[in-house]
Amino acid sequence: MAIYPLKETRTPPKSQTKAIAWLKDNLFSSISNAALTFVALYVIYLLLPPILNWTIFDANFDLTADNQSCGREGACWSFINANLKMFIYGFYPEEELWRVNTMFGLIAVLVIFGSLIKKSQYRAHYIIGSFLIYPVVAFVLLYGGLGLEIVETDKWGGLTLTVVVAAIGIIASFPLGILFALGRQSEMRVVKFISVIYIEFVRGVPLITILFMASVVLPLFFSAGMDFDKLLRALIGITLFQTAYIAEVIRGGLQAIPKGQYEAADAAGLSFMQKTILIILPQALKISIPNIVGSFIALFKDTTLLLIIGLFDMLAIVGAASSNSSWLGRETEGYVFVAMVIWVILYLMSRYSKRLEVRFSTEHR
Amino acid sequence: MSELINKEIGEKDCCNIIEIKGLNKWYGDFHALKNIDLNVKEGEIIVICGPSGSGKSTLIRCVNFLEKFQEGSITVDGTELTDDVKKIRQIRSEVSMVFQHFNLFPHLSIINNLTLAPIWVHNETRQEAREKALKLLDRVGIKDQAEKYPNQLSGGQQQRVAIARALCTSPKIMLFDEPTSALDPEMISEVLDVMIELAKEGITMVCVTHEMGFAKKVADRVIFMDVGQVIEQNTPDKFFDNPESERLQTFLDQILTQ
Ligand SMILES: Nc1ncnc2c1ncn2[C@@H]1O[C@H](COP(=O)(O)OP(=O)(O)OP(=O)(O)O)[C@@H](O)[C@H]1O
Ligand SMILES: [Mg+2]
Repeated sequence: MAIYPLKETRTPPKSQTKAIAWLKDNLFSSISNAALTFVALYVIYLLLPPILNWTIFDANFDLTADNQSCGREGACWSFINANLKMFIYGFYPEEELWRVNTMFGLIAVLVIFGSLIKKSQYRAHYIIGSFLIYPVVAFVLLYGGLGLEIVETDKWGGLTLTVVVAAIGIIASFPLGILFALGRQSEMRVVKFISVIYIEFVRGVPLITILFMASVVLPLFFSAGMDFDKLLRALIGITLFQTAYIAEVIRGGLQAIPKGQYEAADAAGLSFMQKTILIILPQALKISIPNIVGSFIALFKDTTLLLIIGLFDMLAIVGAASSNSSWLGRETEGYVFVAMVIWVILYLMSRYSKRLEVRFSTEHR
Repeated sequence: MSELINKEIGEKDCCNIIEIKGLNKWYGDFHALKNIDLNVKEGEIIVICGPSGSGKSTLIRCVNFLEKFQEGSITVDGTELTDDVKKIRQIRSEVSMVFQHFNLFPHLSIINNLTLAPIWVHNETRQEAREKALKLLDRVGIKDQAEKYPNQLSGGQQQRVAIARALCTSPKIMLFDEPTSALDPEMISEVLDVMIELAKEGITMVCVTHEMGFAKKVADRVIFMDVGQVIEQNTPDKFFDNPESERLQTFLDQILTQ
């Protein structure tokens, strides 16, 4: 028999600098990979210069320039500046814009205030409270009432409309989606049947169709005299649509919960409601966060379809602004700008969801 | 046969806390429990053992209605189990269960795992429940982990938490389904020690386990099941030293030579 002495620990041998190692691992790890890298580089070489020229080098950054003095070889960014109000507020009356600003400002205040609350128990109350009260306040601010002048929904537009529609779609479809997800898992045949039919029907139909149905078919059910708000119709359509997707996402989360969790909750004597709310849903929602956010992001993008039924979301504003005789032919600037705004918002959303995921994974699982 | 043994070891009807009569259970066409008759007296410690698939889990899971059964009756503390949701909850509030895989709630801290049922099922105040929970955690030796989450504990610690959670509602009956068989060997004794302490305090316990040392030390009765039936039951001494049925002899030989 032998006895072996303990060995010293050493640092790994240095073979390559970090940058070269990275290149090798990520861009040239195989012949086909290297070929792809070169193809990609070539495409970038072809595309990048004209894009940069148009957006930056040949562009006119003079924000007071008009359509003529701007020139045609590059972007004319004063178009955005001149129409910025329309991009953000649509056709909302000038003297009432403070109401929209207050509405957005309140969100910031709520978020900042919420992040100051440390105790998780109070935070839950705070969040639930905000979700119940804020929509009412926001509605009064935006629409009017309680002494504020009424601003009809056909004046709403631009980023405001996009955000409002997306937010309402998200907030309304979330609880409904939970109900349908639970319904689909239910042991009650009728409930299950209705949920399955609803989810599968809606998922089989494109949003456009649902929006058309909501704007054309829904009014048929109401008497002719009743004017049924167009935006409200769109909101109903979007919520119905989003509900089905959220339901499926949450069902995925529900299926990932081990049987033992149901059994432990049952064995403890919890009622069905208690079991669902205290044990099953919190875990299922946590698992589903990435997919829920993914589906919200998809919804946010889909709000651009609103222009098809005649609502002026940000994308439709581009058309409206560039058909104005003093800004003819500046659609491209508008679309690029809208794309960037939407991209920034979506990017922030997905970053936030990443952060949520990380937080939950370190806290619990 | 089983009636005979019941009489032999002096079982009376008067103080049975669990009465199982003519219990039959099928999974589809598979006859999982065949005509089980079993009475458990208040304060009795029962150990159930038997080969895998013999229906041990199924049997004790019928007692708190985690499994439905098709024939026979189960009466727990004077309440007969039926489909009535109220009665089922009533019985579940008196019967606690400890699972093989702990089944702690991973999204709740240890202390919240313990206080959940007291608060929501037994309508205790948060304060009361918390105090009692801390005492129980102290008793199972993990008071300092109260604010942690289940996945931050070792298997043995998790199972002790699960036992504390089961005790938190002051149950009359504790059901254990192989509480140590998912544990690494070095953690088994820390859980068994807690169970032995518990057994000495006079709570009624029905344990499915293959820990024969535990059975010898604290069981009042050991029950051997095979193919969905109770094959033999006896006091631990006789059970281990003079097994009557051949099946039990082979079973004991197998697990003792392991
Ligand atoms: N949900 C189910 N569906 C169908 N058959 C089942 C189900 N649960 C258990 N069984 C069957 O019933 C029989 C008894 O199962 P049970 O889990 O009670 O055995 P056990 O004695 O606890 O075994 P083990 O020691 O492996 O836990 C087994 O043959 C098993 O295959
Ligand atoms: Mg079992």
